[in-house]
Amino acid sequence: MYDDINFEEIINKYRSDPYEYLDIVTPHTGRVKFKVNEGEEVDGPSGKWHHHPGTLLYILDRENNPKPMNSQINGVVTSLRAELEGHFVEAGEKLMTIKHPLKKREIIEGILQNVLYLFRAPEKAKYFFSLDIQARLEKQGEKAVFIKPGEEILTMSLMKRDTPIYYSGEEGIIHSVYFKPGVSVKQGEPLIGVCAREKLPLIQKIITHVKAEWS
Amino acid sequence: MDDLRKRLHKTEERLNYLIRVKDSSTWGNLSGFQEKYTHLKDSFYDYREDELAQKILELEEALSFIEERCEEALSSMERVRIVRSPQRFTLKDILENVYEDFTELSGEEDANIDPSMVTAKAQIVRRIKNKIYSQPVMVIGQEKGHGEEYRNGGSCKPWGNEKALRYMRVAETEGIPIHFYIFTPGSFPVEDYPGAAQQIARNLYALTKLRIPMISVISEGGSGGAEAVGLADFRLMFSHGYYSVISPEGAAAIEGKIREGEKVPPELIDSCAERLKITAADNLGLGTIDRIIQEPTLGAKRDDFAFFKQLRSEIIRATDEVVLKTKSLRAFRAYDVKMKKAEESATEEPEINISWDLNADEIKRLLRYRSKKYRNMAANHFGGQPTSAEAFYRKTRNVLFRLYYAFRYDLLRQRQKQVEKVIKDVSGEGSVLLKRITSPFTTAYDFISRKPEAKKTRPTIERPSIPEELDIWGTYTSPLANEDRTISCPNGSKYGCRDLWVPDLYGEFCGVCENCGHHFPLEYEWYLKHLFDPDSIRVFNSEISSRNPLDYPGFDERLKLDRAKTGRNSANITFYAKVMDVDIVVTMLYSDFRNGTVGAAEGEKFVRACEKARLKRRPLLAYIHTTGGIRINEGTLGVIQMPKCTMAVREYIDSGGLYIVVYDNNSYAGPVASFLGCSPYQFAIRSSRVGFAGSRVIRETTGEDVPPDYHNCRNALKRGHIQGIWDRRDFRKNLYKALLTMGGRNLYYR
Repeated sequence: MYDDINFEEIINKYRSDPYEYLDIVTPHTGRVKFKVNEGEEVDGPSGKWHHHPGTLLYILDRENNPKPMNSQINGVVTSLRAELEGHFVEAGEKLMTIKHPLKKREIIEGILQNVLYLFRAPEKAKYFFSLDIQARLEKQGEKAVFIKPGEEILTMSLMKRDTPIYYSGEEGIIHSVYFKPGVSVKQGEPLIGVCAREKLPLIQKIITHVKAEWS
Repeated sequence: MDDLRKRLHKTEERLNYLIRVKDSSTWGNLSGFQEKYTHLKDSFYDYREDELAQKILELEEALSFIEERCEEALSSMERVRIVRSPQRFTLKDILENVYEDFTELSGEEDANIDPSMVTAKAQIVRRIKNKIYSQPVMVIGQEKGHGEEYRNGGSCKPWGNEKALRYMRVAETEGIPIHFYIFTPGSFPVEDYPGAAQQIARNLYALTKLRIPMISVISEGGSGGAEAVGLADFRLMFSHGYYSVISPEGAAAIEGKIREGEKVPPELIDSCAERLKITAADNLGLGTIDRIIQEPTLGAKRDDFAFFKQLRSEIIRATDEVVLKTKSLRAFRAYDVKMKKAEESATEEPEINISWDLNADEIKRLLRYRSKKYRNMAANHFGGQPTSAEAFYRKTRNVLFRLYYAFRYDLLRQRQKQVEKVIKDVSGEGSVLLKRITSPFTTAYDFISRKPEAKKTRPTIERPSIPEELDIWGTYTSPLANEDRTISCPNGSKYGCRDLWVPDLYGEFCGVCENCGHHFPLEYEWYLKHLFDPDSIRVFNSEISSRNPLDYPGFDERLKLDRAKTGRNSANITFYAKVMDVDIVVTMLYSDFRNGTVGAAEGEKFVRACEKARLKRRPLLAYIHTTGGIRINEGTLGVIQMPKCTMAVREYIDSGGLYIVVYDNNSYAGPVASFLGCSPYQFAIRSSRVGFAGSRVIRETTGEDVPPDYHNCRNALKRGHIQGIWDRRDFRKNLYKALLTMGGRNLYYR
């Protein structure tokens, strides 16, 4: 288990290319009018409620309805298909790629999602740790509680009814907690990330590494 | 020397005050004065005492001279700066110096539900021939504080206004007069319950018929916030105060179309302050206040004790006047009080003792005078006044109508109701008696001839049925539909709504997104055609027209343009109409004319609509297609429409009327904070926005951003400001249902 993940390889992957590439494709047919140039920096939505739209990328005109398309992420415009300017395109046509520089937090999240076992929400509900786990978390502290399959770890609270949730998956230590008590979680969203006990020091090491290397 | 140092220090204070009022040190060589002062301060011990005294005296005299010059040519904006000065007196100073003894009822300093609103029970004392007469009053007003952060500059939160209302009711219970002191730049524009607008509306609604004498005194009267404690029997104003529909800065930002975050040019603010006619003299001329209390040169400060003495005399006199007006036996005392008023500097103590207790008849008279006072406000500031012959004809017609409707509803209906009631009682009694007598026989008969028991059916309640209608939607199509293009729903990314073809959207779909139900705005004509029975609309008072009473530059042209565009004279259309054969009176504010803002003409039309609905015993519908608030170009003549229209609404509802308000598109500010917000039945059309101040004003005032859907009607519903949301396509049906369920059998309560 320890050997099947090559941490060096993962970290090298991020080191050589610390970007995420987001393809911008047309949602429907229409005539394209670009509003950005190759290499231009764009911003994602901003404001407390993400109510200020991102940079205007292009306008897609269908049936005299010019629809402004804004960037959903910050980054740099690459592979802009300038030859499509003013042309009619089909739905799903790739127009450009936004090269999004990954932040430290995003890299750590990415690595953790790769190496941790994620226990997902079986239903849309509010989740709480079971009393036993909660007590152990308080006593032993974070990243120390060891769980085994079949153990009652969570309580699912739905419409004032509490259902115990039993853990199924690899045994290990609760490394990350993705839910907040009392806040509703959608079905399929990760609740906790579990890692094997022997993997823990390495994960810690890699996080420290990433934290030191990326600004 | 100590005395001289104090005098020098005082000179510095005066100098700084003058610089702050003028907002520059270049005027009148104020920088020269500053140099002189600094020189004297630095070389204080270099002079002999008599030399120093002479120098300070010279400086003082020169300063007094320049202060008087400043006072002579005081501009509106300079008055605003005087009012905002931390050295100006506040309500707490008044409580301490004008009233003999007071207990604050609203909390202590910052341990308070809203420190910017102070309520206190106080004693006011008059000395007559060495005898002391003390009278209890309730003092309510905003407290600006002398620089305390928590006072919020006198900008009251909704719960502060709610507190004021609570103590108004206490005063009513105790039968003591209220003295209101207005020191607010405006209300704090948050929508949290009870809501800035809705609470002001509730306050105004209660104030219209509060059964005690009320006096209000304005120092800083910022629009709606001022009105929350401003509707009174007598309105005084300090000579250096201001009373305005909007802050000069706000007006300048609108006028100059200044973008958020950009600086408004000071010259524009100055000119806006002049145009808005905000000074005491202007307001007295416009009739929005009753009298001015003269302040010393450049405004009273917190240590002007002579001024506080004068204020006590003035406030007692004003209360006396209000009380005496209601008394049957008053001639000599009223004459005496009036003579005092005529004197320019009415500073001496009152010489007669007048009891402020009112009996039932006097209270009735008080309320009648109050009603009349607000009915006549801004009465000469709209166009379309009838000629004397027309006025006579109308008056006669109204008298006849009144007689007819009094006969029809008060006399006949009342008799009919009484007879019905008697018949109902007698038949009820009879049926019980008959049942008692016959029950042994019927039981015996039933026992002998036992039949299979018939299936019991539940008694049916007679419900108002909504008549099935033929499709009337096809008769009118919005001109918006005449365009061959598609449009995207703003909720497209959230709910995956598909693009809508414009002729479909504005034709068949009535401007509603098929997928998510978002309502696209539609013109007011659509509602005229779709809401009311065909050909049932009869417009009245259309000749009443908006004018430019303050001679606001450029406003005449704008009015002319709107008149040409709409073919109407004001932003309020009032008419009789029918909804599924139910007669109603409608008042409608619409966006095409000055964005549905309310001025003297709109207010007058609203009041007349209330009066007509009251006369004809019909339900009143206020359909607000859009309102941008009070029309700033009419200054306080616009603000005064808030109490004026609320008074009309209150009298209509008290007489038994059913008043329903429906908001559409955008409804903001003054109207919502008065005659609309006070309705017990408020509904909104889907996707509309209801609120007090727009997002930008909230950001600039509170420093906090608000979510994009802050004013959405759904949030207004959550906060309890409105009672329901209607789909545009069901408007007619819902309105009919509302009329029947809330209006009862007669569509009129009593």
